[in-house]
Order: sequence, then C-alpha cells, then structure tokens
Amino acid sequence: MSSVELDAPRRPVRWHIAVFLAPAVIVYSLIMIVPLFETLRSSFYRVAENQAYFAGLENFKTLFLDDRWAPQFWNALWNNFYFFLIHMVVQNPIGIALAAILSIPRLPGRTFYRTAIFVPTMLSFVIVGFGWKLILSPLWGVAPSLLDAVGLKFLFAPYLGKPETALTTLALISVWQYIGIPMMLIYAALLSIPDEIIEAAEIDGVTGTAQFFKIKLPLLWPTIGIISILTFVGNFNAFDLIYVAQGALAGPNFSTDILGTLLYRTFFGFQLQLGDPNMGAAIAAIMFLIILAGVALYLFVIQRKITRYQF
Amino acid sequence: MSRARTSLPRTIAAHGILITYTIIALFPVILIVMNSFKSRKAIFASPLTLPGPETYDPIGYTTVLGQGDFTGYFINSLIVTCGSLAGVLLFGAMAAFALSEYRFRMNTLTGLYLALGIMIPIRLGTIGILKFMVGANLVNTHLALILVYTAQGLPLAVFILSEFMRTVSDDLKNAGRIDGLSEYRIFFRLVLPLVRPAMATVAVFTMIPIWNDLWFPLILAPAESTKTVTLGAQVFIGQFVTNWNAVLAALSLAIVPVLVLYLIFSKSLIRGITSGAVK
Repeated sequence: MSSVELDAPRRPVRWHIAVFLAPAVIVYSLIMIVPLFETLRSSFYRVAENQAYFAGLENFKTLFLDDRWAPQFWNALWNNFYFFLIHMVVQNPIGIALAAILSIPRLPGRTFYRTAIFVPTMLSFVIVGFGWKLILSPLWGVAPSLLDAVGLKFLFAPYLGKPETALTTLALISVWQYIGIPMMLIYAALLSIPDEIIEAAEIDGVTGTAQFFKIKLPLLWPTIGIISILTFVGNFNAFDLIYVAQGALAGPNFSTDILGTLLYRTFFGFQLQLGDPNMGAAIAAIMFLIILAGVALYLFVIQRKITRYQF
Repeated sequence: MSRARTSLPRTIAAHGILITYTIIALFPVILIVMNSFKSRKAIFASPLTLPGPETYDPIGYTTVLGQGDFTGYFINSLIVTCGSLAGVLLFGAMAAFALSEYRFRMNTLTGLYLALGIMIPIRLGTIGILKFMVGANLVNTHLALILVYTAQGLPLAVFILSEFMRTVSDDLKNAGRIDGLSEYRIFFRLVLPLVRPAMATVAVFTMIPIWNDLWFPLILAPAESTKTVTLGAQVFIGQFVTNWNAVLAALSLAIVPVLVLYLIFSKSLIRGITSGAVK
C-alpha cells in the first residue's frame, strides 16, 4: 500500500499522489515551517561586526536578566497573561449566556441577533481600534454624555490614556470584537444536545436555570475547552489592536505592551533604538514556546480530563 | 414539550438581553458611519443624532478620496485576497483529496505535519519569512503577501476539506475509474463539484483574516503601490488624527465592503460554524 515501493513491480509509482500533495506541502514548508525554524535558529545567534556567531542562550539571558531588556520583557509577558485572563473571565461567560438565550426554542428574530452580534468579529482591528479610541476620547464626549444619560457620569475617565485602565479597556474592546466566536460555537454545541436528554431532565423536574447548569453545561465543557485554547493562541499572538490604538510604544508608559508589540519594536526598532533581529527572534521563540506549552497542556491534559458524552 | 418552557416573561427577558447586546455590538459601527456624513461642528455638537439637511456634509469623504489612493489600496487588497484564496482552495483541496482518497505510507504523518499550522500562528516565523522574501526579492510585491496567506490558510483548509471529502461516495469515483477517467479528472470533475459547500465555508474563514490583516502588509509590503486597504486606512488615519471628518469617513469606507461581504456570506459562514467545521 505504498507509493514508493520500487520493488513491487505490480504497483507502479503513483505520481498523482505526489502531484496532488506537492503544491500545498511546498508552499507550507517554504513559507511557514522553514522560516519558523530559521527564526528559532537565529534566536541562538548574535551579530558582531557584521558577522553572525553562535551565542547559545545569551539572547535569552539578556532578555530575562539584563537591565535594559528584562523589565520590558516581564512587563509584556505579565500584560499578555492579564490580557488573556480578562478574555477568559469576561468573554466566555457572556458568550455562553448569549448562546443559551439564543438557543431558546422558537425565539423570534434569532437570525437577526446572531448576525448582528457577529458583526464586530468581521471588522478589522484598524476599524475597531480607532473607532473605540474616538468613542472613548474625552474630546468627542460620546462616552461621557452616554454615561451621563444613565446617571453614571462620575465613572468616566480617559480609560485608554491612563496606565491603570488602558490594558483592561483594550482587553474589553477585544472581547467586544470577538464575542461572536464563542457565542456561535457554544450555540452550535447547545443545538446538538439531543431532545431526549432535555426531555428526560424535564420529566425529572429539572427545568430552567437548574437544567442549564446541571444538564447542559457539563455537555459544553469540550467546546469551552476549544474556545479557551483558541483564545490563548490568539491572545499570545495579538498585536494589531494594540498597535492601532496605542502605537508601537504601547502607551501610556508601556502599560499595554504585550509580546506582539514588544516583538515588533525589538525587531524593527523605534525612535532611538535600532532594530535587533536576533533579540526579536528570541522573543518570537518565547512566544512559540508559550503557545506550544498551552496547546500541549490542552491536548494532553485538559482534553483528556474533560468527560465527553457520545450521543 | 418545548411550549411548556417558553413563558411570556422569560421571552421578554430574553429579548431584552439580546437587544441590549445587539445595541452594544452595533452602536460603535452605526455611530462612526452616521457621523462620517456630518459637518465638523455637528460631529461634536450632537454626535448621537442622524445627519439631517443642516448637518450633512461630505467633506470627510472628499478629503479621503482626494488625499489617499483608496481605490488603489482597494485593488491591492482584492488582488491579495483573491490570489491567496485561489491558492488556499486549489492547493488545499488537492492535498485534502490526496490525504482522504489514497492510502500511502506517509499519509498520517503528512496530515499531522500540515495540521501543525492550525495551532501555531505563522506570525512567529515573521523574521524568517522576511529574510526569505528579501532573499527572493519579493518585498513590496503582491506575491509575497499571497504566498504568506496561502501558507497561513492551508492547514485549516486541508483539515476541513479532507473531512468533507471522506464523505464523497467511493462508488462514484470507482465508476469514474472504470470509465477510464484519470485520477486528475476524478478530482476536478467528480469530487470538486461535490464539495463546493465546504469550499464556500473555507473561503469565508480564509478571506476575513486576510482582508483584515495588518501585520504582514506592514512588514512585507508597506510600499504605496502594494498597500492594502487595512494598512492604507491605518496610515491615513494616523496622519489625519485631528481631521475628524476624514478619519470617520476613512473608517466608514473600510467598514462598508466588509459589511457587504458579511451580509452576502453570513449564511454560509454561520452554517459553517454551526455545522462544526471549526471544531
């Protein structure tokens, strides 16, 4: 059953398999896999006097410990975890709640709601970032006057301009944009729960909220697991929203700096600092390891612990 | 049985919550588009009202269309998106067919190799990609972006399409073989037309992130002649920060094509998600 067994004369080499596979494998290897390894490799090198030399873990040591790099790196790493945490805490519960409401049988207007809530997910970060920047801007005054209308004007502050609130605000904007994805996936999972299970629960007198938490939620854990790992990968790879809203310097005072923006600044340089491809590669390598660890944790631990029910 | 569960107060509460969230989701979009048609004074004096005859002013749009080459950016985005889409769909379907149709020694391994890219973002290899593009003299060309986005889209496309191709009946393909069709003809004439719905799903999933991407245009093709709409809007808005009319108009111009595409494809997109294509 092999295409390349030359010693089996009755089965000629099936060239068509190679022809079908070649374009995808070549483009994918050349543009994705090889550059990824090239990036990982160059994180172990340094350049001195136009000559690259093998430096072992020196770049990583600089990144973790050096006074010029370490504070920025740990700040970006911590901010990135915080960014992810806000997504998990806000996005998943709201997404689940919206999906649960949408899946109420014979709810009129369901398609409309579904389509409308998914609109922000389709927009680019440029629109989302600048749009919210304008809305939250004290200059325009839309946000303060809206808060005033509900009697909460005292709550207004230039959220994106204050180091204490900027990152949380950006994370919430990102949640606003992406809430459609968890909502849809959970909605699909809810629809696939067979009627017999719901009927059985009703016969046992489990209805309404209790039914949701006792019957449906346990069936949703695998989907919530997938959403979590998608969010994790997306967040540790994020860049656009922060770049658009706060610039490459991730202001104010680096309070919104995450690994993606740090990578960009390090690689291309900014203002007085020159770009450093090798340090950039080291940051990319760290991001790769974090994402790999997250995916492995999900595949080998979380996914195995979650009980799956076959219908 | 479900009638017992839908009481009136609960339905009202459900609608209340959904309407509230719909407003949260749509309000910023509507606000931007609405104000882009107003005069500068009206934008600040009454941001929450619709543009009327007194406040209507297309100055923002004339600035945008006069200053930035948005038609050019738009064409660039179209070239890049369509080119990548063609690459992803054709190469992805071919590889998916090979993986789902034939049994050969490296089958599982090739499948796993291609699936790696679903979880590992291509951005992490940016530094290597840039080196490659500089070496191949492809910086500031459409082809650089098309290649990157093709590689980015392939893993998910192969994954979804091979699941679908497994459902195509073997009898049909074997009948084709008996009639003397080559394997290529079986793929292009018999299998491809049958997986068209899945191709539509893959197309929508692939298209949106490409159209909206900022990272690769910024790094690989920032030249004026290859700027995409997303990058063009970003640069333009950065230059015109204080010209609110122009900024709002540029944002609206960037929103509209995506919104139109979304409304056209929303059915197949939502069907794709809810049928478990991305699980």
